[in-house]
Amino acid sequence: MAEGAELRTQIKEMMIDELMLDFEASEIEDKTPIFGAEGLGLDSVDALQLVVAIEKHFGLKIGDAEKAKNVLQSVETVATEIEAKA
Amino acid sequence: MRVILVTGGNGGLGLAIGRWFLEKDPECRVWLGVRSSRERAEALSAEFSDRCRLVTLEVTDRSAWESAVEEIVESDGRIDVLVNNAGVHRDALLATMTDEDWSSVISSNLDSVFYGCRAVIRTMMGQRFGRIVNIASLSAVLPPVGQTNYAAAKSGVVTLSRTLAKEVARAGITVNSILPGYIETEALSDMDDAAAKQAKAGIPMRRFGRPEEVAAAVGFLACQDAGYITGSALKIDGGIF
Repeated sequence: MAEGAELRTQIKEMMIDELMLDFEASEIEDKTPIFGAEGLGLDSVDALQLVVAIEKHFGLKIGDAEKAKNVLQSVETVATEIEAKA
Repeated sequence: MRVILVTGGNGGLGLAIGRWFLEKDPECRVWLGVRSSRERAEALSAEFSDRCRLVTLEVTDRSAWESAVEEIVESDGRIDVLVNNAGVHRDALLATMTDEDWSSVISSNLDSVFYGCRAVIRTMMGQRFGRIVNIASLSAVLPPVGQTNYAAAKSGVVTLSRTLAKEVARAGITVNSILPGYIETEALSDMDDAAAKQAKAGIPMRRFGRPEEVAAAVGFLACQDAGYITGSALKIDGGIF
């Protein structure tokens, strides 16, 4: 399992691929908000896809909405959760 | 291998849909969802050997859905196509319709589609591919007298399909509904000759549809080439509108 900067790049590439985002990984900062207009602008539909994709690619299960809200704030929070479970 | 689940697998339409896939796609496996009546589904399964299997599925029971999907995914590793075909009608004028007439029709035609879609959606999202075809009815848009329950349920199926289509579009999943008119299945068996003659008079093609004609449309919506069609409601009714 990758960690640190490599893991964060993998998460960005996974998001771009799974959510069909028109970004390069290098354009996404680790702490850029995933949701909302000031960030990547993703919505609740993307959130569900992201939950499924994170489990598929990184084995991290996000079981409920409250946890999803906490984990899916930014690439950094996703990476931190994956590293904590490793 | 393309993995397909068809509910109502012992009925005329479900059998025709299952047969269509089995005959047109030699690489597929068809699971027929059945309840206690399963003789006709067993005959189809015997005809196609290991390519057609039966799975016990009471579509109004959410846990039965979870068990059935788990069985299929454990066996085949994926599920590509869900055809929500099971349903019943219990016609009565609203003034005389019982609570049971209402709730059983809503449950078997609408709750079942909700449970079914929910049971497969995460697997399909993980695959980044899925095809859901929900069998509604022409009654959803041209409701006849005596079908407040059935028409309400089927129009709910159409709207559920359109909404879900938006929710999962980016995951490579399409969700469409089909609205059959008069189709030669057991559902028409209680219609006497005079009623059938009158019904045909109102159809521009002057005949009832064949189950195979509905199955072909299901097959198309379930194929790779139909990947940009989602949220659609396709009438198959010989020109009634």
